[in-house]
Amino acid sequence: MEVRRPTIEDWDNPGDLVTINIGPSHPAMHGTLRVIAQTDGETIVSAEPEIGYLHRGVEKLGEHLTYHQFIPITDRLNYCSAIANNVSYEMAVEKLMGIKVPEKAQVIRMIMMELARIADHIVCIGILGVDLGAFTPFFYLFIQREEIYEIFEWYNGARLTNTFGRIGGVEADLPEDFEERWRKLLPNLKKAIDETDKLLTHNRIWMDRTIGVTAFSPEDALSWGFTGPCLRACGVKRDLRKDEPYCFYDQVDFEIPVGKHGDVFDRYIVRMIEMEESIKIIDQAIKIYKEFPPDAPLMAKVPKIIKPPVGEVYSAIEAPNGELGFWIKSDGSDKPYRIKIRPPCYMVYQAFPELVQGEMIADLIACLSSLNIIAGELDR
Amino acid sequence: MNWVIAIIKVVFIWTWCLLWATVMTWAERRGSAMIQDRLGPNRAGPFGLFQPIADGIKLFTKEEFRPKTARKILFNLGPILFAIPAFSAYAVIPFGDKIVIGGKEILLQVADVNIGFLYVLAIGALAVYGIVVGGWGSNNKYSILGGLRSTAQLISYEVPWGLALLAAVFVYGTFDLRQIALEQTGTFLGFLPNWGVFKQPLGFLIFTVAAYAEANRVPFDLPEAESEIVAGYHTEYGGMRLGLYLFGEYVNLYTLSALCVTLYFGAWNLPYIDMSKFLGPISYGIASFVVFWLKVMVFLLSFIWVRWTVPRFRYDQVMRLGWKTLIPLALFNLLITALFIQLTV
Repeated sequence: MEVRRPTIEDWDNPGDLVTINIGPSHPAMHGTLRVIAQTDGETIVSAEPEIGYLHRGVEKLGEHLTYHQFIPITDRLNYCSAIANNVSYEMAVEKLMGIKVPEKAQVIRMIMMELARIADHIVCIGILGVDLGAFTPFFYLFIQREEIYEIFEWYNGARLTNTFGRIGGVEADLPEDFEERWRKLLPNLKKAIDETDKLLTHNRIWMDRTIGVTAFSPEDALSWGFTGPCLRACGVKRDLRKDEPYCFYDQVDFEIPVGKHGDVFDRYIVRMIEMEESIKIIDQAIKIYKEFPPDAPLMAKVPKIIKPPVGEVYSAIEAPNGELGFWIKSDGSDKPYRIKIRPPCYMVYQAFPELVQGEMIADLIACLSSLNIIAGELDR
Repeated sequence: MNWVIAIIKVVFIWTWCLLWATVMTWAERRGSAMIQDRLGPNRAGPFGLFQPIADGIKLFTKEEFRPKTARKILFNLGPILFAIPAFSAYAVIPFGDKIVIGGKEILLQVADVNIGFLYVLAIGALAVYGIVVGGWGSNNKYSILGGLRSTAQLISYEVPWGLALLAAVFVYGTFDLRQIALEQTGTFLGFLPNWGVFKQPLGFLIFTVAAYAEANRVPFDLPEAESEIVAGYHTEYGGMRLGLYLFGEYVNLYTLSALCVTLYFGAWNLPYIDMSKFLGPISYGIASFVVFWLKVMVFLLSFIWVRWTVPRFRYDQVMRLGWKTLIPLALFNLLITALFIQLTV
């Protein structure tokens, strides 16, 4: 069904429209986003996002810090899944220096990244529910996210900003009772996902609120540079874990869920299935991990002061939100000459005005939550 | 003497509604916590029961802030216009059968008027003014949006609500709420309690859905949808002005539940048992009061249960449900009821 979307040209006198300033101080804007919306009653005629409320100059900071000192800064990109950011940056530096990371360290990275992916999707789905008025699934999921954070804390003491791994490997082996903790968490996590599924997926109100809302075609999504769950929801089967495997992703068996219409519902369901696939990946990765002897090396031979050769590198991984890439240019000194980050949110958020145009105010909020815009990596 | 009794009844039911509205704020928080695997407020008093008192003190002692751009008179008027209908609607709804003290028969109802029904409808319709005036007077875009939404919603759902109630009037043949309650004794079809819900199942369904919309409760809480329009019509309110809106909402819930019990769930009548046969005049009065209150509590708790289970509708979906589903259904229900009565009586 083709719905004609009103544009600003439809009004003889655009002064009749009401400008609503949604954010940055608004319950659904997470304190860091701002959308200037022109509305006709409840219908959005144009929406103009303004970014930069969380700009901290992360890329510039990188030029003044040594390679190792930059790892904690990457925590603050997508703070819902800091581990993925850490690993992505470390892999870029390793690629630049030509370091071969020990296999055991790669498995540990993989396990932790998938845990971070689950935690990230939990935040996204929970907030999406809250923004659509369904409060309860948020708590069911967040209790389990707390348990995942307990595992992170057990590993290296940090919960949110993990500063996981080092250039050339990881700093420590998994705790002895890691598998035990995972087995204890697993049934509760599955139950929480299941309960969320029961409360939302086939709920008539939820379906009415999400199906067909802010739908996007695969061609548009690709031309806007979508990656991650938002792209897969549009029906494009693109996942760096399968297409350009790193760590041990080519040795584990998992599916890539794809949607059809690229609407809020598809984005939600893609994330739900991805959580289950991540559980599958972790289970298989633990099997691979157990094949290594306890004293297998965790760090490659890395010089004390990291001085990559002159050159530049781009390396990307499939972060929970999409393709997270680091471009690093080295001038041979102990500090990067330039770091450029490719955050998945930034590309997705560019299409936001086109996505919400002609929808209603309530849909704008739903769309924003389903895209999982994290200001930390959007503004950097 | 009569006016003394009348004053006692007014004061009693006023405090009673206020008390249970207060307890409802506690029940809402503890109930939602129970649903969401949390504990909820449990520090103040046993089970956190004094939490509403603490909240009340906080609201009373807070600064009565009014934005400079707000329209002063309308801004002050809004919460009052909202709270007064909420409190006065209960006047005609019975809260028990009757109590006999010293040979004097006292009806457990503030005013036994023969058009009680229309009174509830009329007063209930007034509540929307409080929201609209408050939203408009705040002079804030979110408030105006909330006020607009609530105008459209409350007026749309008044229609199916009224039509569902009209079908009930057809069944009972009276506008008098006490008379309606008295009709619901004995059994229906030989085995069911003679309650309105069995004679008007569709009407009850429409009434319930419309009641949720009238009370601005999830899934119809669009006028105050937190994630969309901040707090809707009461965005700019604080202190006791906000308190009046919040209290008014819970008093509204109590009134709606009481109306529902009176019309569809046999008021103070127990199924299959006639309490007046074996209870003394005073104990019967108390028993009828308690039974009525317990039934109301079930409905109040169902309001909480639904609120924390389902998501919120979108504005156009609310309108579609109201005009395209509920009103045709209510008209159909009215037609069937009328035909049935015409053919059988």
